[in-house]
Amino acid sequence: MTTITQTAPAVVVSPRVSPAATLRHTMTLAWRSLVQVKHNPMELIDLSIQPIMFLLLFTYVFGGAIAGSTGDYLQFALPGLVAQNMLFASMTTAVGLNTDITKGVFDRLRSLPIARSAPLAGRIVADNLKQVWAFALFLGLGMVLGFRVHMGVAGVLGALALLVTFALAMSWVAVLVGLKAADQEKVQVLMFSLMMPITFTSNAFVPTKTLPTWLQKWVEVNPVSHLADAVRGLLGGGPVASHAIISLLWAAGLVLVFAPFSIRAFRNRI
Amino acid sequence: MRYAIQAEGLAKRYGDTKALDGVDLEVPEGRLLGVLGPNGAGKTTAVRILATLLRPDGGRAQVGGFDVVRQAHQVRSLIGLTGQYAAVDEALTGMENLVMIGRLLDMPRADARRRAAELLERFDLTEAGGRAAKTYSGGMRRRLDLAASLIGHPTVLFLDEPTTGLDPRSRTELWGVVRDLQREGVTVLLTTQYLEEADQLADDIIVFDHGKVIASGTSDELKATTGGQVLEVRPAEAAHADLVARVVADVLGAAPDLSGGLVTAAVRDPAVVPAIVRRLDDLGVIAAELSLRKSSLDEVFLVLTGHRAEDGSETEEAAA
Repeated sequence: MTTITQTAPAVVVSPRVSPAATLRHTMTLAWRSLVQVKHNPMELIDLSIQPIMFLLLFTYVFGGAIAGSTGDYLQFALPGLVAQNMLFASMTTAVGLNTDITKGVFDRLRSLPIARSAPLAGRIVADNLKQVWAFALFLGLGMVLGFRVHMGVAGVLGALALLVTFALAMSWVAVLVGLKAADQEKVQVLMFSLMMPITFTSNAFVPTKTLPTWLQKWVEVNPVSHLADAVRGLLGGGPVASHAIISLLWAAGLVLVFAPFSIRAFRNRI
Repeated sequence: MRYAIQAEGLAKRYGDTKALDGVDLEVPEGRLLGVLGPNGAGKTTAVRILATLLRPDGGRAQVGGFDVVRQAHQVRSLIGLTGQYAAVDEALTGMENLVMIGRLLDMPRADARRRAAELLERFDLTEAGGRAAKTYSGGMRRRLDLAASLIGHPTVLFLDEPTTGLDPRSRTELWGVVRDLQREGVTVLLTTQYLEEADQLADDIIVFDHGKVIASGTSDELKATTGGQVLEVRPAEAAHADLVARVVADVLGAAPDLSGGLVTAAVRDPAVVPAIVRRLDDLGVIAAELSLRKSSLDEVFLVLTGHRAEDGSETEEAAA
């Protein structure tokens, strides 16, 4: 049995990461996630194609049947599509995180003297910036097709702020799935089968009153409904406050429930 | 002597499996310790604990005088880690991968670029530096991974099976790089399943099996512990293999290894060979192949663990 002899440390190192350094590390890792888009333009297309496709398909295929006119439907469905896309985007976070873990990139990052939170935070910052892009695309294309913004720049920024806040809360769910799932495909299957029913059983695409009564009960509490309604109000006018508050309460709830599990998984995973 | 790495009684369990079961090891500054063992012997677990990626359940360890649990951040600023799977971001170019690490180590942008260019040059990746890492060959990726772990001038380097899956040429190239690092005075802990690799590179070797250190010493010392000779007997009729094994066991007083109709045993006293031949002759067993030769690290492994290095994972599965 050897005994550990006290060897004087060779260099003096600060035992803590300063908040400024934490921010720097986070930004470097966010840059890393974004610069990938530069090399892989497919990713940008990937990021853009769903908004464009959904917007066109929903407006022109379902518009007439659901709302009687494509113009009216666009006004109704665009906020719903924005909300849905934001939820789906949390899949990107989960997949990216899981890929880093399975490929060993995560280990490399964790072996560096950087802020513990930076690998997670960097990715989440980057994914949210991608969300801003998708939002701009929805709005830009929507306006070309005839979507009308009545509440001005303040409304647009308010909608964006609400969406990003909710996306941040959702990323705790994404982190948990990304950390726990065995591989990328399982992440995708799990996130998809979670997001698809949640986003469709809302008032994102159809008015609540057209649904069966039992389903209406859920639709009325579904955060996607409130998020969609809040965005409708912020962009096109209408009641905002109660929907925004309920959306934020949901966001807070998601953080309260999932953050502890995610943090524990983050600490235990490795 | 100053130790760059010291560990005492390291233990880690996953459920009922003891990945590490009281491991002691030490690496003096500037030396290369080869950690040899089959798959699942606990090598990677040990590296992950020493590189602060995993908390031990028991025991303690220091790297560069810092405790790997309580002073993990300080340890991280001294070490470089190259894992079994090349941990580079495949979507980024070689250059961007290295610059990213430099930036994370708080280097100014210009310094990070300079250091990255320097390492690309050193690892013969300058031309490929502008290409995405996913276009790299296995050997190139491994070199990029190693370059990434050297950005911050680590004084202690962990190489976890750095050549697993590489072709022989890439392996030899990587060995050259490791030798250069040794010359520069970097302390290295290298895990490997390849006995030749440990033989080629390591100043000292420790052998892991089932989460325990079962032997340690220089390559020559380890070879000497087996008595230096290996007896191999292959009966002409495969059906006689068990019989041969029983005879060898009887004469040597220890069970030999039997695989693919070949009976292999470590021999300390060459005089036992005629005795074995006589017994086989009496039984009417004809040996198609019978040889006595100097042991390689392979046989050292066999003697120490009771199974061949390559069989490690299977043996463990069978035992589980």
